[in-house]
Amino acid sequence: MFYRENGQFKTSYRSDQQIFAIAQDRWAILAFIAFAFVGVPFLVDEYMFRAILIPFLILSLAALGVNILVGYCGQISLGSGAFMAVGAYMAYNTYIRIEGMPLIIAILAGGFFATLVGVLFGIPSLRVKGLYLAVATLAAQFFCDWAFLRIGWFTNNNASGSVSVSNLNVFGLSINSPLQKYLFCLAFLVVFALLAKNLVRSAIGREWMAIRDMDVAAAVIGIRPVYAKLTAFAVSSFIVGVAGALWGFVHLGSWEPAAFSIDRSFQLLFMVIIGGMGSIMGSFFGAAFIVILPIFLNQFLPAVGGLFGVSISTAAVAHTEFMIFGALIVWFLIVEPHGLAKLWSVAKQKLRLWPFPH
Amino acid sequence: MKLRQLVLATTVAAASLASALVSTVATAQTKEQFFPVLVYRTGAYAPNGVPFANGYVDYLKLVNARGGINGVKVSFEECETGYATDRGVECYERLKGKNGGATVFQPLSTGITFALTEKAPGDKIPLVTAGYGRSESADGGVFKWNFPLAGTYWVAGDVIIQDIAKKAGGADKLKGQHIALVYHDSPFGKEAIPILQERAAMHGFKLSLLPVTHPGVEQKSTWLQIRRDRPDYVVNWGWGVMNSTLLKEAQATGYPREKIYGVWWAGAEPDVKDVGMGAKGYNAITMQHGAEKGSAVVKEVLEKLHAKNLGTGPKDEVGEVLYMRGLFSAMFAIEGVRQAQERYGKGKVMTGEQARWGYENLNLTQAKLDALGFKGVLRPVSTSCADHMGANWARIHTWNGSKWEFSSDWYQADEQIIKPMVRAAADKYAAEKKIARRTPADCQS
Repeated sequence: MFYRENGQFKTSYRSDQQIFAIAQDRWAILAFIAFAFVGVPFLVDEYMFRAILIPFLILSLAALGVNILVGYCGQISLGSGAFMAVGAYMAYNTYIRIEGMPLIIAILAGGFFATLVGVLFGIPSLRVKGLYLAVATLAAQFFCDWAFLRIGWFTNNNASGSVSVSNLNVFGLSINSPLQKYLFCLAFLVVFALLAKNLVRSAIGREWMAIRDMDVAAAVIGIRPVYAKLTAFAVSSFIVGVAGALWGFVHLGSWEPAAFSIDRSFQLLFMVIIGGMGSIMGSFFGAAFIVILPIFLNQFLPAVGGLFGVSISTAAVAHTEFMIFGALIVWFLIVEPHGLAKLWSVAKQKLRLWPFPH
Repeated sequence: MKLRQLVLATTVAAASLASALVSTVATAQTKEQFFPVLVYRTGAYAPNGVPFANGYVDYLKLVNARGGINGVKVSFEECETGYATDRGVECYERLKGKNGGATVFQPLSTGITFALTEKAPGDKIPLVTAGYGRSESADGGVFKWNFPLAGTYWVAGDVIIQDIAKKAGGADKLKGQHIALVYHDSPFGKEAIPILQERAAMHGFKLSLLPVTHPGVEQKSTWLQIRRDRPDYVVNWGWGVMNSTLLKEAQATGYPREKIYGVWWAGAEPDVKDVGMGAKGYNAITMQHGAEKGSAVVKEVLEKLHAKNLGTGPKDEVGEVLYMRGLFSAMFAIEGVRQAQERYGKGKVMTGEQARWGYENLNLTQAKLDALGFKGVLRPVSTSCADHMGANWARIHTWNGSKWEFSSDWYQADEQIIKPMVRAAADKYAAEKKIARRTPADCQS
């Protein structure tokens, strides 16, 4: 009823090809972003900011990066944790080694170095495909773990191998309170999501998708696999690197290589698979599912127990959390193998017809 | 299609119901001193995390059974970190404001300690890391909110070398000897390196560093190296499953267990039980206490809690090494508050900031400790503005095949070595963070 595009005529290519071709979509998304910037700060408390929203925003950004590589270009990567680590450690080094380095430049520098490492480890993708490539990118993971644990230079020769930053500020504004951190991450996310969305709609994005769908055919019609694959690695690792820098600088404040372990790589890959491969929106859904659900279950189970007068032990809660979480992943993959983003688009399709489906 | 819609609809309904539920269950404000308890009862390190958590919670229950802290009852809530830093941070954020505000956090992981060190000063909540955490935080001049009470890893490393020197027949006999450090490849494991390097340079022994990656079950190459080089002693800075693996490898290699020393995370029952007689002769450092089944406090816990089915965890584990560790950490948490009450008003609930003063001015004399049931278990601990550690005594205990027994007298870590190291590391931290040392006036406040 409300979600109809009747009467919205496209009179130019420009209006036909915009990101949200339907006016309602456009307004809804703009309102949502405005709400995230203006409304959310009045509604949520410090816990929501620090424990849920900030990790969610940062990991959404990382999932967005991984989605470009895995979802759009079809190159399965298990090195995302490593690229995050490169982003975080190189941003740290840029930040402390150069006097007066602005924070944003340091974070982008982290992304830049992650790009270099990503392209380097992307070279095998020219020869190996699919699961074999996943194994090859694992090398990036192990190499980075090793480098940040062993090479003292990266950690500023800190005895314990752990690094930390504090007193962040941008243009003289300090980034210390949860609200400031939230807005800082949100701004990054919005900018990168817009960039990514436009990239995947552009020529290069179509090249990635052509490579994903059938690389031989893509090569035949004149797409250079080397260029397409390596640009996908570059763009993806840049975004993942920036997310890593934010994770270290803004969320943790102090970190060690274990914060970017192989578990993180799997987590990001799962976000993309559950959220929806080849969908920008899916990255957000996937991140929400993986970040928020375990925390929610962890608090929800004792609350349910409390209703029935049963106190559940901490260990039992943790175990149940894993079981339910695992079961939900399997269930979602069976019910909707194309991810949560597909559910979203199905819902939109139905809404167009609602309430007169015939 | 029908089924799918139905299932989806129920999920959505369940999710909205659940979120409503979580928000209503928020507890009412009470006049109780709230202690958050970060634990890891699951995951690769659970065998060591569980007894610690049981001891910690049991002591808090015991305080209530004794009538509270000058009448103030104690409340607590556990939060499972699984030893993951991000989950630990989430737990911290979740618990710090609950029930009138957290008194003190004990992160129970070096990684979480590092992350919380950045956050705690802003929230004005002290961090107690009894025997672990970052060693340089003993310097209260820079680390105002950190309290590595009664020992750090540097104290542990120092005392291990002292005991080795004593066995060798004097520190001068160490010259030309070879000590291998097998360490867990994480900030925790690396804490040992600076102090051992310092001692190696001082006495002229050779130190080789052999890292073992998380979780520590893969040590074949490490032991190949040990078999080839035959170091005179092996120092094990391991933890969890790494320890029993190490002892089994030592047994397979034929390396004498008498020449292996473990850090206190590697010196408890879960580490050696599987190996049993194979670990006989293995030494480990204890930061003051060992397994103390005969101590007065353990008897009290058994009588007041476990006899009435109020205890936490299995009864026969009460008094084991890591259980005692939990008990002992909780005792510090409580005594700091008691000390703060001396200044800010007896029988009142202390804020985190007030409790911090208490931890900084702890004065646990032998008489006080004996009264708490720690006779023969602990030595006096007294902290100050400059010294947030309070005691640097340690002992070595040895596994005799069925239980841990003390095999050395009390050692005191060499302040001549550790003090300058702590100061240098703390200064480096301060310079990196651009924070100034606390002034004497700040110490008074």
